[in-house]
Amino acid sequence: MSTPTTRAETQIHNIGYRDYDGPRLGRAYARRSLFSQSLRGAYGLGRSAKSKVLPMILFAVMCIPALVVVAVAVATKVKDLPLDYTRYAIFTQALIGLYLAAQAPQSVSRDLRFKTVPLYFSRPIERVDYVLAKYGAMASALFVLTASPLLILYIGSLLAKMDFAEQTKGFAQGLVSVALLSLLFGGIGLVMAALTPRRGFGVAAVIAALTISYGAVSTLQAIAWSTDSLGAVKWLGLFSPITLIDGVQTAFLGATSSFPGQAGPGAGVGVVYLLVVLALVVGSYAVLMRRYRKVGL
Amino acid sequence: MIATESLSKRFPTGVPPAKRGGVTALDRLSLDIGPGVTGLVGANGAGKSTMIKILLGLSPATEGRAEVLGLDVATSGTAIRERVGYMPEHDCLPPDVSATEFVVHMARMSGLPPTAARERTADTLRHVGLYEERYRPIGGYSTGMKQRVKLAQALVHDPKLVLLDEPTNGLDPVGRDEMLGLIRRVHTDFGISVLVTSHLLGELERTCDHVVVIDGGRLLRSSSTSDFTQLTATLAVEVTDTDTHPDGTAALRKALTAAGIAIHGAPEGTADGLPGAGHVLLLEATGEETYDIVRDTVADLGLGLVRMEQRRHHIAEVFRPEAAAAQPQEAQAR
Ligand SMILES: Nc1ncnc2c1ncn2[C@@H]1O[C@H](COP(=O)(O)OP(=O)(O)OP(=O)(O)O)[C@@H](O)[C@H]1O
Ligand SMILES: [Mg+2]
Repeated sequence: MSTPTTRAETQIHNIGYRDYDGPRLGRAYARRSLFSQSLRGAYGLGRSAKSKVLPMILFAVMCIPALVVVAVAVATKVKDLPLDYTRYAIFTQALIGLYLAAQAPQSVSRDLRFKTVPLYFSRPIERVDYVLAKYGAMASALFVLTASPLLILYIGSLLAKMDFAEQTKGFAQGLVSVALLSLLFGGIGLVMAALTPRRGFGVAAVIAALTISYGAVSTLQAIAWSTDSLGAVKWLGLFSPITLIDGVQTAFLGATSSFPGQAGPGAGVGVVYLLVVLALVVGSYAVLMRRYRKVGL
Repeated sequence: MIATESLSKRFPTGVPPAKRGGVTALDRLSLDIGPGVTGLVGANGAGKSTMIKILLGLSPATEGRAEVLGLDVATSGTAIRERVGYMPEHDCLPPDVSATEFVVHMARMSGLPPTAARERTADTLRHVGLYEERYRPIGGYSTGMKQRVKLAQALVHDPKLVLLDEPTNGLDPVGRDEMLGLIRRVHTDFGISVLVTSHLLGELERTCDHVVVIDGGRLLRSSSTSDFTQLTATLAVEVTDTDTHPDGTAALRKALTAAGIAIHGAPEGTADGLPGAGHVLLLEATGEETYDIVRDTVADLGLGLVRMEQRRHHIAEVFRPEAAAAQPQEAQAR
């Protein structure tokens, strides 16, 4: 239309639309963007002040024991850390569970609840990219949470002039262990959270999955131990996430088992532990892929 | 822009094997849509949203094929989605982030580098009419503002084509008009072609160059709106009175008749029934020059121009069943 009136209107409104001729970085870049946005979001970065509170507090609380240990070690000039690297995550498992329960639903339930997922799929990314980015971000966030205190311990041990080779080995074993833990917990947390668009249900489901399985396993292990069936203790550990990690690190990463009577698995049963962990990681990924098959539309 | 060839989509019913067929959302639809603003009109369940999802390569067609920007939807979904914008019909905005943060993120999801994403977000939000409020969480926005954010995220990566699914949904008449004006500008000012769906034929008449009507997944009609309106464009002009011309309307009428412009009967425009209709002159616009003549004549007489607008025939009339039946199923306009 070209009546004088509309021409005038156009002039008022026309504040110069500019075409975009710059680069379009495509699918891999979009996946990375989603990954970094989700990872930052897991610590409330780029979101409201309110959503920073819980993850930041949990992160701080997670690091405090390490700082205390280091302070004591440096002051008293002990030869070795009073707490193994591999033991730290077992010791703080409740905090890790709480963090996962809060942040996994934050990462996936929101997109489902506010129907943002279809919007993502209208972009160059595909379902695989969405799942990989979300899973990768959750596991990385957990790794940051669990590896940071280990780093504090390591730096502290070097400051206290403990044996370098021994500390480095312990630190490396600890890192492998928490990397595995992050993948396992991240997968379980996201699967639970992605089942429901309701955030509260997601939180409850994650807490229930972690505490009920751990409660049941440790009770049964205690019973088995007190009834002198030590052989059963190591098999029971296969049925909860944290005891799985405990088993793997006892078998392969020089950790001391936290099972009753320190009856952790040896290398043979350890392989079974490792396979179960890997199966759960792959299984979580597969369930997430299935879950998002219908959601895109 | 968009071409489909006997495109069909059937959804299986929950009832397994025995019941064959299921829901047919699209039924052998063949379309050829060119650049410009195209309306896709149909009742609830006509298959509009299904069509858009197929065009985005998100849902495979049961039969037939479709091309968007010359790319096959079955094989080039990613490439299509990089160049096409999509505004869904449902809510899709997280309430706890600001419009700026959200649109920046969606721009990056479309492949824009961080700096470009921020710049284009600021531009685009301004173009859709969001200013200071863009830093506030979306949860506090009105429906109209939310619709603008949804439109902005579809435009932020400067697509060649946007697919807008019921953008006027939930808006009041004023908001509706603003949104339609905005959509018109997406094409005229931004140079982006538009496919916009609605279940109201009437509201697309001013906005679209071309209207496709589907019903039960079948093509009912595909025609250019200008076919019906351009030929007999009527111009409504209203002027003020001045001391020299106590009856401005009459003076203008005389001057325009002298200039050779055909004025429709009943100058006192009782037929219109609108307030002040008596002062409205209805004249035949034969082309660009008519507007210039009117403008110059009004200026020469020293009158004030209250309004000058194009009155189009209602598409609704054009598509009235009897009208459609009267005209033999003509070839698609494009
Ligand atoms: N995922 C699905 N599974 C089964 N049937 C579906 C699915 N999606 C759409 N349909 C059916 O396909 C038909 C067309 O739906 P569609 O959503 O495309 O209509 P629409 O024109 O967008 O309607 P509205 O104006 O209500 O948005 C409807 O009968 C609908 O029930
Ligand atoms: Mg629809």
